[in-house]
Amino acid sequence: MRIRVMEIGVGAFLLAGMVALLMLALNVSGLNLERKNTYKVYARFENIGGLTERSKVTMSGVLIGQVSDIRLDQDALQALVEMEIHEEVDFLSIDSSASILTAGLLGEKYIGVVVGAEEEYLQDGDFFEDTQSALVLEDLIGKFLFNEVSE
Amino acid sequence: MLDLVARLGHKGLKKLEAFGSAGVILMQALVARPQPFTMLPLVVKQIHFVGVLSLIIIVVSGLFIGMVLGLQGYTILVDYGSEQAVGQMVALSLVRELAPVVTALLFAGRAGSALTAEIGLMKATEQLSSLEMIGVDPLRRIIAPRFWAGFICLPVLATIFSLVGIMGGALVGIDWLGIYEGSFWSNMQNSVDFREDILNGLIKAVVFGFVVTWIAVFQGYDCVPTSEGISDATTKTVVYSSLSVLALDFVLTALMFGDL
Amino acid sequence: MDSFEDVIIDIQNLSFARGERAIYNNVDIQVPRGKITAIMGPSGTGKTTLLKLIGGQLKPDQGSILVAGKDIPRLGRRELFDMRARMGMLFQSGALFTDISVYENVAFPLRVHTDLSEEMIRDVVLMKLHAVGLRGARDLMPSELSGGMARRVALARAIALDPEIVMYDEPFAGQDPIAMGVLVNLIRRLNRALGHTSIIVSHDIQETLGIADYIYLISDAEVIARGTPEEIANTSSQKVRQFIDGLPDGPVPFHFPAGDYQSELLQDS
Ligand SMILES: Nc1ncnc2c1ncn2[C@@H]1O[C@H](COP(=O)(O)OP(=O)(O)OP(=O)(O)O)[C@@H](O)[C@H]1O
Ligand SMILES: [Mg+2]
Repeated sequence: MRIRVMEIGVGAFLLAGMVALLMLALNVSGLNLERKNTYKVYARFENIGGLTERSKVTMSGVLIGQVSDIRLDQDALQALVEMEIHEEVDFLSIDSSASILTAGLLGEKYIGVVVGAEEEYLQDGDFFEDTQSALVLEDLIGKFLFNEVSE
Repeated sequence: MLDLVARLGHKGLKKLEAFGSAGVILMQALVARPQPFTMLPLVVKQIHFVGVLSLIIIVVSGLFIGMVLGLQGYTILVDYGSEQAVGQMVALSLVRELAPVVTALLFAGRAGSALTAEIGLMKATEQLSSLEMIGVDPLRRIIAPRFWAGFICLPVLATIFSLVGIMGGALVGIDWLGIYEGSFWSNMQNSVDFREDILNGLIKAVVFGFVVTWIAVFQGYDCVPTSEGISDATTKTVVYSSLSVLALDFVLTALMFGDL
Repeated sequence: MDSFEDVIIDIQNLSFARGERAIYNNVDIQVPRGKITAIMGPSGTGKTTLLKLIGGQLKPDQGSILVAGKDIPRLGRRELFDMRARMGMLFQSGALFTDISVYENVAFPLRVHTDLSEEMIRDVVLMKLHAVGLRGARDLMPSELSGGMARRVALARAIALDPEIVMYDEPFAGQDPIAMGVLVNLIRRLNRALGHTSIIVSHDIQETLGIADYIYLISDAEVIARGTPEEIANTSSQKVRQFIDGLPDGPVPFHFPAGDYQSELLQDS
């Protein structure tokens, strides 16, 4: 009988551990178990600032995908960013622009997409033609000073 | 002067030798024909002792640490008007660092020392010898189940610690300090990544479980079988495992988050 | 020197030292099969050590220890554990497993080495406990036993598997005269009825002389006398007489090796 109680206790203990892990996954990290189908699009940037893998890709502030890879494009000497866009977002026109933005003043970097006017849409493997690099604070300050001086 | 160097060298060799024999003992205990039918009930019994009975202390400490983090985080972040980031701060510090480390330290004090004392006492009262004479290998019968139990329990305890701590932080942040609930959780969910943070924290706990239990069973098995010997071994268990946990935590953090 | 027709344990040229101190110095000991052999000697001469050497828990510095034809110090781990299943040992301290009950202690070797059903195990355990007079104590935990009771439970455990060789390290210590008589009878009966080979370490001269078929007297890392109880009892050797008659003064040292007593007392520390 005592053995039985112990076994139940141990079983409950291990179960509690698993439930805790599940709750951490779902409620704390917001893990989405159903893996969304995505398609890949690319963009070249002069400067990606602090953008990293798994940074968000948003449109009007709504999450539509994430950055899946960042490489250096040796031919263009620019950063090549690969994004996975959710499948249901299939209305990004080929003249859409992608810019690297900052959440808040010092927050994380993310990519904001603004849709253009064309009727044709970006497919798997296509590139954003219109891109806007990250704002680099030093550059801004540099420009500002330069303007002051030249005036 | 030369004498000092020689003594140091001697001490170093001794430590190295102890490390080697600890490795050998672990190998002998674990690398064996698995006997699930005799092993499983023994492991269950040990999980009861080192895991289930440590649950209370883990839950209570987790709750308080989470609450303190919530309070401290709030007083700092409120100056920058970003108090909704409290959730993110509480969750990240718990999941990445505090849960594995504090759980391992508590575990070393609560379960590790008990393991050492128990095995040491078995040695002193010749129970290990008499097992051997009955034809049962104490490494497999006594050491192996305790080792597995510790190895399994620490990640479980650390996970529970994380969860309880975050709930404690939420209790303080949302219910007492009035942070808006929606931004508390969404900030947390946006910044905590399952693989990067939660799984890495879990890996830390697994490594700590391995190290702490290894130290505990080895100190017990290797102790001088007298009352002083056992008390000495128990102290060593707590000291060595705490130091190893803290040092290893740095190494693991550097590997996981440091981009080294 | 007698020689036995059938030797089960044959120890040749055994030397063993603890640090600087030689416990055994080139010793030969033969144990006849199916007989009761007693090992006697002053406290601290290494009787327990001898049993541990036979059981393979200690390795000799030199010499061979053949048990049923196998050289114990040179056996591999597996073979050694198989060999030990054929031996039973009553530890001087009892060494019961403190986390399980008396019943489970006695059942332990049976569970490990046999596939007996639960009922069979129960029968054997109760039989062995009954033999040492502790059938009623089966549900107690070892911590609830007196020293003498614990030793009897340990004896029941040592003989649970009916091993070929049983080694008793001071089975009579701490027993009242009645229990002592019962144990003497039990050991004799096990030996006569089942043909066990028994090795007894004991200080009780009378009991040992009464029960043993052959006696070794060990002192100062050597065998100082060997023979049947009659030969030992009638020996004229001074050393042996002193031990048998329990005289404090004589050639056998009562003290652990030490410097001169008086000069040590007079020494300024
Ligand atoms: N673990 C050990 N380390 C060092 N020396 C030991 C150890 N165990 C025993 N000894 C020494 O070995 C000698 C023999 O010990 P042993 O236990 O065999 O004696 P014994 O003949 O059984 O004595 P007793 O009749 O008192 O039980 C003792 O003098 C003791 O000092
Ligand atoms: Mg002894």
